[in-house]
Amino acid sequence: MFPVKELKRSLLISIWFAFLTFPIMVIKVDAIERTVAYRWDNMFFVAFGSFVISILAKVFILRKERRAGLKKVKKEIAEPFVQRILREPRFLYPLSLAVLVFALVFPSIFSTYQTNIMTTALMYVVLGLGLNIVVGVAGLLDLGYVAFYAVGAYSYALLNLHFDMGFWAVLPIGGLFAAFLGVLLGFPVLRLRGDYLAIVTLGFGEIIRLVLENWNAFSQGPSGIANIPRPGFFGMQMSFESGITYIYYIVVALVVFTIFVVNRLQNSRLGRAWLALREDEIACQAMGIDKTKTKLIAFSLGAFWAGLVGVIFAAKTTFVNPASFTFLESAIILSIVVLGGMGSIVGVICGALILILMPEYLRALSEYRMLAFGGILVVMMVFKPDGIISNVRRSYRFKKQSPKQVNES
Amino acid sequence: MDYFIELFFGGLTRGSIYALIALGYTMVYGIIGLINFAHGEIYMIGAFTSFIVATVLSIYGFPLLAIVVIAGLAAAVWSSAYGFTVEKLAYRPLRKAPRLAPLISAIGMSIFLQNYVLLAQTSDFLPFPELIPEFAFMEPVAHVVGSSDLVILITTTLVMVSLTCLIKFTKIGKAMRATAQDKTMAVLVGINVDRVISATFIIGSALAAIGGLLIASHIGQINFYIGFIAGIKAFTAAVLGGIGSIPGAVLGSLVLGLTESFATGYVSSDYEDVFAFSLLVLILIFKPSGLLGKAETKKV
Repeated sequence: MFPVKELKRSLLISIWFAFLTFPIMVIKVDAIERTVAYRWDNMFFVAFGSFVISILAKVFILRKERRAGLKKVKKEIAEPFVQRILREPRFLYPLSLAVLVFALVFPSIFSTYQTNIMTTALMYVVLGLGLNIVVGVAGLLDLGYVAFYAVGAYSYALLNLHFDMGFWAVLPIGGLFAAFLGVLLGFPVLRLRGDYLAIVTLGFGEIIRLVLENWNAFSQGPSGIANIPRPGFFGMQMSFESGITYIYYIVVALVVFTIFVVNRLQNSRLGRAWLALREDEIACQAMGIDKTKTKLIAFSLGAFWAGLVGVIFAAKTTFVNPASFTFLESAIILSIVVLGGMGSIVGVICGALILILMPEYLRALSEYRMLAFGGILVVMMVFKPDGIISNVRRSYRFKKQSPKQVNES
Repeated sequence: MDYFIELFFGGLTRGSIYALIALGYTMVYGIIGLINFAHGEIYMIGAFTSFIVATVLSIYGFPLLAIVVIAGLAAAVWSSAYGFTVEKLAYRPLRKAPRLAPLISAIGMSIFLQNYVLLAQTSDFLPFPELIPEFAFMEPVAHVVGSSDLVILITTTLVMVSLTCLIKFTKIGKAMRATAQDKTMAVLVGINVDRVISATFIIGSALAAIGGLLIASHIGQINFYIGFIAGIKAFTAAVLGGIGSIPGAVLGSLVLGLTESFATGYVSSDYEDVFAFSLLVLILIFKPSGLLGKAETKKV
């Protein structure tokens, strides 16, 4: 069943990994005490783990190949179960209604703590959907997305500090600030090819963070800005708990609004232009699409959503400092989009919920969280580049009509 | 004037370290057109390996010269092994995938390797043993140029010369240039492209490891995060010089090193990284092909 040749190969792989990880996993030196500790058990784990993983990977690949062979015979590719549900309105509408009702009653069923976590997860849903416009739909790899998030958060913190402006006044302003910055940055750099764009946005994200960290007079430096008020509701005073529930509902409303807008956008003329740009820029320009303008709109729209969530983030945590806006944050949001499935709204929602909620409930594994993120990105790209729920392009389908229908018409 | 010379040599040292890392980026980009995000991490692993080996050897009482040689070799061997493995696991299966896929995979690999070192070793800054002694003959100029600056400059020059020879005159170098020009044609004339790509990763990683060893002993401390910033800066340097071009990477690194050194010396040290990134943004806006790069026109 499993060839001996493969076993031998796996054995070689495990020896190779044992060698590879030897200095870093096994030897642990203390330069001050001048002692060396050898952790041979780690070597055993690595060797054993890589042996098992290599066998599993091989089995997976073999199965995939066999299935690919079968598919050719069957000719018609079976649509995944999830997508069939998503395409059929009679399943989709009740399902989304059920999810919405669950989301609305969530705070009354679960504790304040759970609600708080859920709020965070939903904020990442919005961030993911925002980045999805840029990365998933328009195909512009933005690695400095967190910069716009920071702009939103800081615009609430600073406008509140200096001008005493309230949450609701700043919410659109923060978003617009971020969008404006997106245009400002996008204008020169969107002419660049994809991978350069990734680096420039990464550099831009770092610049924003470094400026926030070092320009003490402006942003109070690394210590950040504290005592940011929570959002008010027509001047009503709220207890701590109801405040959290209130923010939760704001975020739910934002999620619904975002899904609505993104969904409408994707099927619009603009959305189709984005998809076309992602596939082939030159062909797209030949069809008369203004490349720079279309990209710029995607970029600034993505930034707008990051700005909105930034304002909510500042209001939720009542404290902002530059440490919240590192590259890692950008990487997490990117993993959400990639894991969920680039361009797919449902996928991104699932991705955000999985990536943000899982570490919360697996506290013991929190140390390994970033390791897992990195691993997931690689494994997803290698084995399932479309993500959990891949996006299905809108296309016209030929429906076979029954003779009865033909007669009627 | 002394201050100027000090900054100048500081910038040169910095630049030559960047060059060692930037070469790896530029070679990989030249051949498979991928920004190898994990390259900075390879450099960090090189620095860690040399740290571990050097410390172990010094505890066992080896002489300094033996420590330097063995640590350097170990760093180069293990870094190359990592570079080779990363390419095989994360990039090779994606050779024909859409453009974004290998880039995201590279980012994932970078995060993975960072956290792997963080978990297996420590998150603290580790004191790196001083591997480069203070030379007596450097005494008169020691206030502007340190001994380690001298060693770094000499080593990097030697490395660059041998790399140039390797690419110009050996068989594998020729194969590399051929692959960079046209992969399909290279296959047709009997070049094993997979092996050439592996070789590129191995050479680039070994260079990064030497850079890691040198800079770690120059600065005197390392931690798991050094690869990220160094990687970004080296990439900046590679783009500055024109990515894909080997002399360009060296020139770009020197320009970047000097810019940073003078900017931090005369303007402000808080914004060190900001200068580098701003330089990158400016270059990409005004001359996207870099100083020595050729402008690419895409044909349909």
